[in-house]
Amino acid sequence: MSREITITTLKYNPSDENSKPTFVDYKLEETPGMTLYIALSKIKATLDHDLTSDFVCRAGICGACGMIINGKPKLACKTLTSEFKDARIELLPLPTFKLIKDLSVDTGSWMKNMSMRVNSWIVTNEEYDISKFEKRIEPEVADEIFELDRCIECGLCVAGCSTAIMREDFVGAVGLNRVARFSIDPHDSRTDEDFYELIGDDEGIFGCMSLLACEDYCPKNLPLQSKIAYMRRKMVKV
Amino acid sequence: MSQENVVESLLGETTQKKKSRIPARLDFLQSATGLFLAIFMIFHMLFVSTILISKDFMLSVTKAFELNFIFEGGSPVPVFIAISIVFVVFIFHAFLAMRKFPISYRQYLRLKTNSDLMNHGDTKLWIIQVVTGFALFFLGSIHLYTMLTNPGNIGPYASSDRVFSDLMWPLYIVLLIAVEFHGSIGLYRLSVKWGWFEGEDSKVSRKKLKKAKIILTVVMLTLGVMTLMAYMKIGYDHQENYGEKYMHTTEVNHAN
Ligand code: HEM
Repeated sequence: MSREITITTLKYNPSDENSKPTFVDYKLEETPGMTLYIALSKIKATLDHDLTSDFVCRAGICGACGMIINGKPKLACKTLTSEFKDARIELLPLPTFKLIKDLSVDTGSWMKNMSMRVNSWIVTNEEYDISKFEKRIEPEVADEIFELDRCIECGLCVAGCSTAIMREDFVGAVGLNRVARFSIDPHDSRTDEDFYELIGDDEGIFGCMSLLACEDYCPKNLPLQSKIAYMRRKMVKV
Repeated sequence: MSQENVVESLLGETTQKKKSRIPARLDFLQSATGLFLAIFMIFHMLFVSTILISKDFMLSVTKAFELNFIFEGGSPVPVFIAISIVFVVFIFHAFLAMRKFPISYRQYLRLKTNSDLMNHGDTKLWIIQVVTGFALFFLGSIHLYTMLTNPGNIGPYASSDRVFSDLMWPLYIVLLIAVEFHGSIGLYRLSVKWGWFEGEDSKVSRKKLKKAKIILTVVMLTLGVMTLMAYMKIGYDHQENYGEKYMHTTEVNHAN
C-alpha cells in the first residue's frame, strides 16, 4: 500500500536578487524502497524543474547529497522515505558551507581549504622513486589508515558540529581525522611537533568541545570520537 | 611589553616561527580544574550527607577538617585554607571554560537552532553544561564566599541555622541541581574528550559512560535532596536557639 508523502524544502537562490528564502511543499506518492534521492529526482522531473540539489553516485560513496533531513545531517541517497512515520520530511541545506541554491551547497571549496590548512598529504624526507614499490607497512597499520581514508568529505560532521556552527574557522572532525590519518602513516615523517603547527590551537584540536555529533552522524561510521581523543592526547603533550 | 608577545599577537607564531603552546596548556587546565572540582563535588556530598547518619557523626567529620587531632578543639584555619583552594580553582575553571560560551547573538542562534533541529543528546548535554556553568558563577560564588567567611561555623546546628534561618536553602536547591548536572556531565565529557575507559569499542564504552553519568546524577541529587531536607528539619526545630553550637552527646552527658 503506498502513501502520500509531503516533502518541504527551503528554496532560495542567493545569487538572484529577487529570490527570497521560502519553504515549498511537494506532495508525491511514495514508492517501495524510495530514498530521498529518488524522491527529489521525481520532484525535479515532475513537480519543480527549478529545484536544485546535488547528487553523483546515489550509493553513499561520493558524499554530494548531504543535507539536513528532519533536522539531522544525513545523505539523501542513504535515507529511506519510509523512515518517517508521519510522512512529512523537511529538507534544509547543510549549514556552515556556502549555499549555492536550494539544497545545493559548496562543500568542495571548504574541503579544499581544510586540506590545504592541515597539509593533507604525505610529507617525507626520503627520496621518492616512483619506479619502485612503496615502503612496506604492517597490515594492521595499513588497515587502520584505510579505515580513516574512507572519509568521503560529505560535510555531515561539520554540519552537525555545534562548534563549527558557532565558529566558522573550526577545522572540523573531517580535518582532525585527516591529521590522525597521516600521523599514524609510517610513510609520513612528520612529528607531533609538526602536526601541532597545523592543529595546535583553538581553531584546531583544542576547539573541539566533544559534542560528538560528528561521530553520531558520520555516514561512514568513522571512529571520529576515538581519533580526535587520540590527537588531543598527542597534541597536549607537545 | 615583551617582544615575544608582540610577535605572537601580530603573526600568530612565536619568534621561533612556532605555534604557541598556550592553547594546549589551557585545554589541559580546563579539564584538570573541572576534574578537581567534580571530585571535590562528590566528596563534599559524602561529607555533608553524614548528617543523615547522625549529628554526632557530622560533628566529628567537621572537627576532623578542623584538624582537632592536632589543635585542641579544632581550628578554622585549615578549613579556610581548603575553601580558598577550591575557590581559586573554581574561579580559574570558570575563566577557562567561559571561552566556550556562545558570546554573540549569531552564535547563540546558530547553536540553539542546530541543537533544536538535530535533537542530539550530547549537544543538548553541552548546552545544559553551559547554562548550569553560567548559573554557577553566581550560586557557587555566594556559597563559597559564605563558607570562606564562616570557616569555624560549620556543624550540625551552625549549618542547619544557615540553611533554614539564614535562608540559604533556596540558593542551595538551585546550586545542588546546577552543580550535580554540571559535574556529572563534565565527568562524562572528560572521558570522551580524552578517551578514558575507551576500551576496544568506543561506541560500547560511551553507552556505559552515559549510563554511569545518569546514575551519578540520580544518586547525587537524591543524596543532596535528602541531606538538604535533614538540615532544614534541624534548622526548623532549632530556630528558637539560633546561634547555639551543637555539643557532642558524650560531652553533654559529661556536663550533666
Ligand atoms: C562559575 C562556575 C563554572 C562555570 C562558568 C563552568 C563552565 C563550564 C563550561 C562552559 C564547560 C564546558 C567546556 C567545554 O565544553 O570545553 C565546563 C566543563 C566542565 N566543568 Fe565547569 N563550570 C563551572 C563550575 C564547575 C564546577 C563547580 C564543577 C564541578 C562540579 C565543574 C566541572 C566541570 C567539568 C568536569 C567539565 C569538563 C571539562 C572539560 O571539558 O575540559 N565546573 N564548565
